[in-house]
Amino acid sequence: MKALKIIVGLGVAAALLPFATDNPTHLNLAILVLMAAQLGVAWNLLGGYAGQVSLGHAAFYGLGAYTSTMLLLNFGINPWLGMLLGGVMAALLSLGFGWSCFRLKGHYFAMATIAVAEIVQIVFTNWDYAGSAVGLTIPMDKRGWGAMVFADKAPYYWLALGLLALTLLATWAVERSHIGYYLRAIKDEPDAARSIGINIARYKQVALSLSAFFTALGGSLYAQKELYIDPNSVLSTALSIKMALVSILGGVGTLFGPVIGSVVLTVIEELTRTFFGGSGRGTDTIIYAALIVGVAVFYPSGLLGGYREWQQRRKTKRERPAEAMSAPVREANVEEVAP
Amino acid sequence: MTFEILLQTLASGVLIGLIYALVAIGLTMIFGVMDIVNFAHGEFLMLGMYSAFWLFALYALDPILTLPLTVLMLFAFGMLLYKLVIKRIVNAPMLSQIFTTFGLMILMRGVAQFLWKPDFRSIENSWVAGSVKVAGIQLGRPQLVAGLGAVAVTMLIHAFLTRTKLGAALEATAADKEAAQLMGIDSHRMFSLAWGIGAACAGAAGVLLATFFPIFPEVGANFILIAFVVVNLGGFGSVTGAFWAGILVGVIEVMGGLLLGPEYKTAVVLVLFLAVLMFRPQGLMGKA
Repeated sequence: MKALKIIVGLGVAAALLPFATDNPTHLNLAILVLMAAQLGVAWNLLGGYAGQVSLGHAAFYGLGAYTSTMLLLNFGINPWLGMLLGGVMAALLSLGFGWSCFRLKGHYFAMATIAVAEIVQIVFTNWDYAGSAVGLTIPMDKRGWGAMVFADKAPYYWLALGLLALTLLATWAVERSHIGYYLRAIKDEPDAARSIGINIARYKQVALSLSAFFTALGGSLYAQKELYIDPNSVLSTALSIKMALVSILGGVGTLFGPVIGSVVLTVIEELTRTFFGGSGRGTDTIIYAALIVGVAVFYPSGLLGGYREWQQRRKTKRERPAEAMSAPVREANVEEVAP
Repeated sequence: MTFEILLQTLASGVLIGLIYALVAIGLTMIFGVMDIVNFAHGEFLMLGMYSAFWLFALYALDPILTLPLTVLMLFAFGMLLYKLVIKRIVNAPMLSQIFTTFGLMILMRGVAQFLWKPDFRSIENSWVAGSVKVAGIQLGRPQLVAGLGAVAVTMLIHAFLTRTKLGAALEATAADKEAAQLMGIDSHRMFSLAWGIGAACAGAAGVLLATFFPIFPEVGANFILIAFVVVNLGGFGSVTGAFWAGILVGVIEVMGGLLLGPEYKTAVVLVLFLAVLMFRPQGLMGKA
């Protein structure tokens, strides 16, 4: 229940931001943070809770973006409905994705997901009906909440915030339900989980389908915000990586980890782009990449995980001060485990 | 006429396949010895290409001449990378391992772009430029020399693994790390050797490729996915498997391009990759 209070509390507080600032740059940064956070939370359902590292989630994102956009352009279907259908499409694709990839473990699974996403990207790049490499443009003629097209940033901000809250709530519900316990069992002790009769394939698939569904909603929102999509912007491997990275930076398998990861990563990304991006020499990429390596090497459990370990150590020290003081060797060991 | 086209395509498939094999051999060796997938492997190839390019552009040294030098440099670089970064994640969770090498991939591309700009570069008029006609098939000499060079390097690696004590130690570590350690083989030394050799192979492939392929910071992206496919088909950790699988992938790629159009050639290879992953996860040549 504490998590629910945090979601509602932070959500309400964050919803007031557009009243505090009307600077479009700041609002845009906030939107980017929320959108990346939402994707991280969705990725985390599969990658964090079920422990299946997907590096191909851009396929679902792109499918969401393309489904809603193509339905709108070709059949005039309302983007709200299109968004939902995009999510359903992605969940359907995830059945094939899961069927072909779930018998693989670890690295093999990760590599297979890259291959699937790459195939989807190749198809969309060469599919004329989907705009091929040129992409698709959403017209600006109809505006307002009905058409999900706006001239200013604030509505997009609320949409992104609402979608993030929805994804967090879904994750929270999964975490508390029996599915959450099964997923953790599958992640930590797959053999034990199987031996007590958990249908591993089914629960992995549930996590994947949910994850795909919410990732696709994010894709549709992106299309409505940018009013332009092409294979490179919604289907690239770099995008798949970012979804995973946000979770890993914040802490995989935690409800709010991806949100924290997104705040840190997106802000750093945008700042370096602003300061160094203009040089065209890739300085922003270097900083971004060095950050990835640094976190992966030194904080394998992410920022939130690192914070919890630190808290744990403090707690142990407080509860057993005498022991901690009289046993310096042991303390040195603890320091070494979690730098 | 059609038969000639078929032969021509087959030949070019085999030749590019030999390069794929050489890239994949380094990757499969690193994986076999220490169970880490190196996403930054294509960047070793990129560094090899730039090394060949700059030695050619600045000192007018032909890539064929500078091949040994580049291989040595990449060998040292691979070992250094192991000592500085990879060593710290040997026992880390898989997620950290994936993201470490992934980060290294983006980092190396970024540094290359910073130092050498994103321009496409090429080596014109090297010794191997031109083409030859063999049995009625027109073959580019750069491609032919690259293919033969790849075969030579592969044979060297094979001889090293099967005929030298150090090679045997490397194989022993790949087979059973703990047992090898009990026999007095230092795992860290073997890991660093695997990274050295892996980088050197990719570097050699880069030099051979540089005579006929554009050189740019992100060139590795064209090869890494293919290399994964080759490693999988050949069976993870198998050098001989990677060699034959490389040729096979090269041929399938050009044949797919011939039948469905060049834009789908990578897709054909990836579909094959997924099929093999699903139905023969141990690889085409691996043991069940």
